[in-house]
Amino acid sequence: MQRLYNFAFFDEASKREIRRAIVKGISIPGYQVPFASREMPIGRGWGTGGLQVTLAIIGSDDVLKVIDQGCDESVNAVNIKKLVSATTDVEVTDDTARATLIQSRHRIPEEPLRDDQILVLQVPTPEPLRDFEPSEAKTRMLHAEADYTGAWLGLFDRIVRFGDASAGADHPCLVNGRYVMAPSPIPRFDTMKLDRAEHLTLFGAGREKKIYAVPPHTRVAPLDFCDRPFRTESFEGLSCRLCGATGVYLDEFVDERSGETVHQCNDTAFCAKRRAACAAACAGEKENE
Amino acid sequence: MMETNNASLPSAAGEGAHSQTPCLAVSGLSLRFGKGCPMCAAEEAQLERNVCPACGTVHAVRDVSLDVYPGEIVGIVGESGSGKSSLMKCIYFDQEATAGDVRVLPYDGGAGNVLELSPQHKRSVRNTVFGMVYQNPYLGLRMDFSSLSNIAEQMIASGERSVDRMCARGYELLGEVNIPERRAKDAPALFSGGMQQRVQIAKALSNNPPILLLDEVTTGLDLSVQASVLDLILRIRRDHNVSMVVVSHDLGVIRMLADRTIVMLDGRVIERGLTDQILEDPQHPYTQQLVYSLL
Repeated sequence: MQRLYNFAFFDEASKREIRRAIVKGISIPGYQVPFASREMPIGRGWGTGGLQVTLAIIGSDDVLKVIDQGCDESVNAVNIKKLVSATTDVEVTDDTARATLIQSRHRIPEEPLRDDQILVLQVPTPEPLRDFEPSEAKTRMLHAEADYTGAWLGLFDRIVRFGDASAGADHPCLVNGRYVMAPSPIPRFDTMKLDRAEHLTLFGAGREKKIYAVPPHTRVAPLDFCDRPFRTESFEGLSCRLCGATGVYLDEFVDERSGETVHQCNDTAFCAKRRAACAAACAGEKENE
Repeated sequence: MMETNNASLPSAAGEGAHSQTPCLAVSGLSLRFGKGCPMCAAEEAQLERNVCPACGTVHAVRDVSLDVYPGEIVGIVGESGSGKSSLMKCIYFDQEATAGDVRVLPYDGGAGNVLELSPQHKRSVRNTVFGMVYQNPYLGLRMDFSSLSNIAEQMIASGERSVDRMCARGYELLGEVNIPERRAKDAPALFSGGMQQRVQIAKALSNNPPILLLDEVTTGLDLSVQASVLDLILRIRRDHNVSMVVVSHDLGVIRMLADRTIVMLDGRVIERGLTDQILEDPQHPYTQQLVYSLL
């Protein structure tokens, strides 16, 4: 490979600075560590936070998977993969089980992650109190004093105005009983995957210049009211039209020809893997006959 | 005549007011902006209004003391810039006082100076003991959150975690301040000034605070709305026996609400006494001017 850039795009000093922020983030679960977000060859708001974390921790023996809302083939995911593999030469994969480093936007893969895998999430708004308090100086104070009235008030306001059903993604969570964190806009369906997880989760917010982390086996508790308990999106009675999976996060489509509403796995790699396994099993049965 | 003995005060507030311990006791409260110098630190320093001619330090509040007894309404009058609102902000911890001692009976029995508490404890005093209504509703309300959420904020802050209970309390309070139920989920940004002020009062009452701080509540409201807000304040006092500090530059408001009145000028208290006394027989030249300019 002709080296136009240092390994993993960044110079070593930059990587060290970002790693230091990551280590601090892991040491204080849920605490937003400020860092010097670099200019990247992609625009801010397009995953620069996640990309910087990925580039800072990737090694030549890593296997990388990048997904965007559950999809390995979306433009953004493909571009990030291209950039990382062009500057590091690491192997990229769609297979969650094979990857050692997974950068994702808005989803956590369906396949449970292991303790030798790291999940990097791209974060647009790392501050769960931002709607409540626009001043960064003040929100830092509120975090320091563990005053999370604002996060609760945001939930209350949503319940009052829209009923609890519409409370959306990015549900604020209390991490390790101390800091309230925005888990990035993952659906509520994925929020509980962070609780006492086997894997390390790193959050990078490039535009907002923050890095934070949920280490393995850390308690992550979504905020909820005693008479409005936290509920994940329900897909009861629904299954994927392609692979037949149930109990996974499903996308809803309207079939334009028939006008029917159909559902499909949001995690495309998971769906493809299931179908391939099924096809192999069917082929095996035929051979046996 | 000028200084009235607090203990012998007659009051319209009922039995509570005969109690000998003040609900809120402020003594020697000062707020200054600037370093200060030996000249302006002296007890009877001659300042240019409230600015030290030598070092330029602004003395916004100078050595103010006041007691509020349970169920009593104390009025503070004075012209713009006399330090009324700064005094309120110091009591409510919006602004850090330079010096002084504030004792709050309902918090710890008046044992300690609340100005010296940690930020967390100050917040708990704010959320459980005080209710504040600002002149400008934009200071007291979150304009983009629904009215119900505004009322719920302090309840959440003091640990309430039941949506149903908070909604019930919110509707009850909005009813009390005459805001129709169908507007409860609207943001105060969509309300008229008078309605915003009433939402603020409802918010201030959410935790049944024993002490209400009202900063120019009726300023800028039209007369009929003013009357209904004043009515509401008197009704709250009657029904809940709440102590209040009422800041106003409108002597009509003070006459109607306050049992006792304090007159401030250039950061200092220049006269104090029963409201009727102050209005009928003012002693200090400034108070005389103030009262006689009332048409």
